[in-house]
Amino acid sequence: MIRIEGLSKRFGQTVAVEDLWLEVAPGELFGFLGPNGAGKTTTIRMLTGLISPSSGQAWVAGHQLGADDTELRRRVGILTEAPGLYDTLSAERNLAFFAELYGVIEIEAQVERYLRLLGLWNRRSEPTATYSRGMRQKLAIARALLHEPQVLFLDEPTTGLDPEAARLVRDFIEGLKNEGRTIFICTHNLDEADRLCDRVGVFNTRLLALDSPGALRRQIFGRTVVFHLTELLPVYQETVAAFPFVKSVEAVDSKLVVRLSDPESENPALITALVAAGAQLQFVGELRRSLEDVYLRLLSQADPGTSRPEEAKP
Amino acid sequence: MRRAWTIVRKDWAEIFKNRFVIFTVAFLPLLLTAIPLVILYITGSESELNGLKPDDLPPNLSRICEGLEGVACSQYFLVSQFLLLFMLMPLAIPITIASYSIIGEKTRRTLEPVLATPITTVELLAGKAAAAVIPAVLVTWLAFGVFLVGSALLAVGPRVFARLTDPLWLTAVLVVGPLLALAAVSVAVMVSSRSSDPRVAEQLSMLVILPLLALFFGQISGLVLLNQQLILWMALALGLIDAGLVTFAVQLFERETILTRWK
Repeated sequence: MIRIEGLSKRFGQTVAVEDLWLEVAPGELFGFLGPNGAGKTTTIRMLTGLISPSSGQAWVAGHQLGADDTELRRRVGILTEAPGLYDTLSAERNLAFFAELYGVIEIEAQVERYLRLLGLWNRRSEPTATYSRGMRQKLAIARALLHEPQVLFLDEPTTGLDPEAARLVRDFIEGLKNEGRTIFICTHNLDEADRLCDRVGVFNTRLLALDSPGALRRQIFGRTVVFHLTELLPVYQETVAAFPFVKSVEAVDSKLVVRLSDPESENPALITALVAAGAQLQFVGELRRSLEDVYLRLLSQADPGTSRPEEAKP
Repeated sequence: MRRAWTIVRKDWAEIFKNRFVIFTVAFLPLLLTAIPLVILYITGSESELNGLKPDDLPPNLSRICEGLEGVACSQYFLVSQFLLLFMLMPLAIPITIASYSIIGEKTRRTLEPVLATPITTVELLAGKAAAAVIPAVLVTWLAFGVFLVGSALLAVGPRVFARLTDPLWLTAVLVVGPLLALAAVSVAVMVSSRSSDPRVAEQLSMLVILPLLALFFGQISGLVLLNQQLILWMALALGLIDAGLVTFAVQLFERETILTRWK
């Protein structure tokens, strides 16, 4: 649904996006992660025909960038970084205006549908200046959907929202995914990306990594199992380290932190050996690295000068 | 052009909720209509001016009064100085509206969602221009109509009224006025497209008034005599200038520049 081949964008001497190659499948929810100024918004603007690339090409919903951007804009929806609503106009008027611009035929019905869907129907006649931030964001999402686009671009959809509003928006996005829409989402909220996205791309001017959140975790950190013991003796660490499949073993307090390739098949042997050595196991669990850990590791690898906050500890 | 009309209706719904815009659109015409009417009223009752003859005026000003004497001369001489202000209205009003509808869109960050729709640049600018030009022209015409009715009631005779409604002023208000309004909006669009600061853009747009002020002061000082021939030349020149300005404004309105340069 989205195919990007060597897309770059320069503003004078500044490189905003460098040689981006990417494919997003129909119905996929793709997360585009990166720090401020990484070029995420520029990428979205290029993919929605708002600005033209300096080099490279891309196809969105079957339309090549630059070939017929007016038609391209008809087929995509975009939630811009700022909601960009007309404050003095009502929610209903805001949506009707955009529905007309998108050439929606059943304007009233479509406006009502999305206002009801997002729980704004009862306040449809009020100026949007009176709306809370969450309501404004929901209205902006509704605006992006009025013309039923095949591809939806969401730029920071939950930034600045309180947890309740953020959850509402997240649930709504999940619902859109279930409808089969292709969604390209830029976010700083890594937990959100972890939960929502089929795949994520970590991006800082260029694409640093691309895969599902789980696969990225495995690629970056491998799999780590934590053995919680009542008491940690040196012999236990030696016992574990003796197995050839153990990549590393570390003693932390009364725990053994062990990096493995395939815990499902390797854990039983380790547990048996530890018990045989006299260890009393309280429980065994896999250390789940957050996407934030992956993200920070990738960014620091890309720019070693960047200080990296401490990653998750067992 | 259906989308252009959508822009017009949205802009009107939005900008006419703004008190400053309403004040500008209403106050300027009221003021500029009241001034010549008050002058007509005063000069009609001012005995000292009753004996005024064209010969009493400096030679370069006496041409204005040609064919009129006494009160009629003094009334027409004074009022004609202010009739140019009816050409100022369609210049000043649309710049205020355009400032809110074009520059305001960017400052309130509402332009990007609009640019993300299938609207073309021509449709967008046509809508924005019409939203600013139409009210300005209608208000100017209304104000001129009020002025004519008032002058018919206050002017001393049909000869002055006939001079006030001669083709010179009708062409000035009905033809040159809208052309000036279009020029003003085109300049506002061009400046807005290239300026990185909306406040600067608004102030620079106001510079378009300067040539008209030069004409105003030229006539007051007697250096320029506004006659039918000059007005027709102005209309012709403005028609050509407008065509160039509109084309240039469309070319200068680069979506990318506007989205990425304005802060």
